[in-house]
Amino acid sequence: MSRWRTAVGVVLTGVMLFPVYWMVNVSLTRTGDMRADPPHWFPWNPTFEGYAAALGQQLPALATSLFIGLGTVAITLLVALPAGYALAKLLPRGTGVVDFLLLVAQMIPAVVMAMGFYAIYIRLGMLNTVTGLIVADSTLAVPFAVLLFRAFMAGIPGEIMAAAQIDGAGTWRTFRSVVLPLSRNSVITVSLFAFLWAWSDFIFASTLNRSSDTIPVTLGIFRYIGNNTTQWNSIMATAVIASVPAAFLLVLAQRYIAAGVTAGAVKD
Amino acid sequence: MAFTRTDAVATTGRPAAKVSPAPGRRRSGRWTALAFLAPLVVYLLVFYAYPLYRNVELSVHDYTPRAFVQGDPEFTGLANYRAVLSDDAFLAALRNTALFTLVSIAFQYALGLALAVFFQRGFRLSAVLRAMFLVPWLLPLIVSASTWSWMLNSDNGIVNAFLRAFGIGQINWLTSPGTALLSVTVANIWLGVPFNLVILYAGLQNIPASLYEAAGLDGANAWQRFWRITFPLLRPVSAITLLLGLIYTLKVVDIIWIMTRGGPADASTTLAIWSYREAFGTGQPDFSPAAAVGNLLILIAFAAGLLHVRMQRKEGIS
Repeated sequence: MSRWRTAVGVVLTGVMLFPVYWMVNVSLTRTGDMRADPPHWFPWNPTFEGYAAALGQQLPALATSLFIGLGTVAITLLVALPAGYALAKLLPRGTGVVDFLLLVAQMIPAVVMAMGFYAIYIRLGMLNTVTGLIVADSTLAVPFAVLLFRAFMAGIPGEIMAAAQIDGAGTWRTFRSVVLPLSRNSVITVSLFAFLWAWSDFIFASTLNRSSDTIPVTLGIFRYIGNNTTQWNSIMATAVIASVPAAFLLVLAQRYIAAGVTAGAVKD
Repeated sequence: MAFTRTDAVATTGRPAAKVSPAPGRRRSGRWTALAFLAPLVVYLLVFYAYPLYRNVELSVHDYTPRAFVQGDPEFTGLANYRAVLSDDAFLAALRNTALFTLVSIAFQYALGLALAVFFQRGFRLSAVLRAMFLVPWLLPLIVSASTWSWMLNSDNGIVNAFLRAFGIGQINWLTSPGTALLSVTVANIWLGVPFNLVILYAGLQNIPASLYEAAGLDGANAWQRFWRITFPLLRPVSAITLLLGLIYTLKVVDIIWIMTRGGPADASTTLAIWSYREAFGTGQPDFSPAAAVGNLLILIAFAAGLLHVRMQRKEGIS
């Protein structure tokens, strides 16, 4: 019975992940075999020319994406950690309004945010800057981060904090020396998601950064598709490389990810 | 709150010991709390409220690209909204949005629920396989969208090659008006299944095993157990899953834009795509109608949110 379920599960997973397999397969296919009919189901004769081309052209874009991801994580933590603490422990009654605002914030389409940022950035001269993109990307993560930190910190027993206060620690000291170390897991979860969302962002990059020389890798791939529709092995090779952070997270940090997805449902 | 148990952020539920501060410290405590909250408040005002305000402002003026830079647009009131609503393209875009959104969340939910029930009873490798199901959700959208584009390519795509083996002729998935919306919807369902699976699976963990045992003693078969226990008890989780799915799917731009750019001939243009194209998709940015369409989208999402809250309330009362 159980073995039967495993077999079905493997087949279902295979079907679900077929597009991912196909991406890898195409990335290793020779340009000459690309239009073979029927297509090659397996890269018997693999080539790495796609990867060479991808790395040669997209390395700066990958570095930009990495930088944007880290910047977004920094802003998100800076804003959301103290707010989560305040909402969980200091103002537990004032949370209704903030909850409502954060839910509404999730409803705003990225296009609308992009237009708003565009209108502001064009005045401030922040169009086509990495800083501008980091700020815009952080709006993808901050509402989620605040809600997750609040939920997590609400679970920290009051006795621990009371003990710190009896020892003479002020609110700030309690936050820094007691709450932050205890919140390590939720900090990891939030950081992973903030990084992943910033790394994957396409809308803000394609609107606020579209005439820039320093572009993130998502925009790099998009331009690549626009420029040469024949080099699908290079395009797919870039796509595989751009998926590395996701694969990395899945292998090393899977439990944090499952926790984050689930916490996303506790938003209201 | 729809449901409170989550894997890692489970609130331990231990009642916080009341620390009653000295009378003089109470007011300073309030100020400290506000100081901790201040970064978020400033952030929300500057990076949410202000862009939103700018967006409303864009929609009630006639912003030509020149007026955009110089900042002297003509005030036109609701003219942009009237123009959008009376545009023939509006009804088509509304229809596409409804089809794309409703079909997407219906299939995402049904497939996610079926998989969650399948994984509910652990078996060998179940944890690993469940983790693998997250992959589509974690990949950057540009990656999945371009992969799907190539798979659905008319001449060289694997999908048509597969169909050819069964004697089915070439289908122009992305370039014919009849199938473009269907194609992007299928890709979007694929993207959304993992999210539904994870949330619904977590919801299933909350249903007490004793209920199933009791039903088993009463001779209920698997089908009855699902419809009598699982489905009713999962209702709050289902409601929030569907609401979030609706909110997310309404705003989808990237996947459609990368695969079809809303074409051919607007066949896969949703409201979000329409807004994006007016503002950024052509050489001539036309922000005012784009902002008007964007604001209409917010209204739709907001209405869905209110409906959800009301239904939750009603259920709480009855």
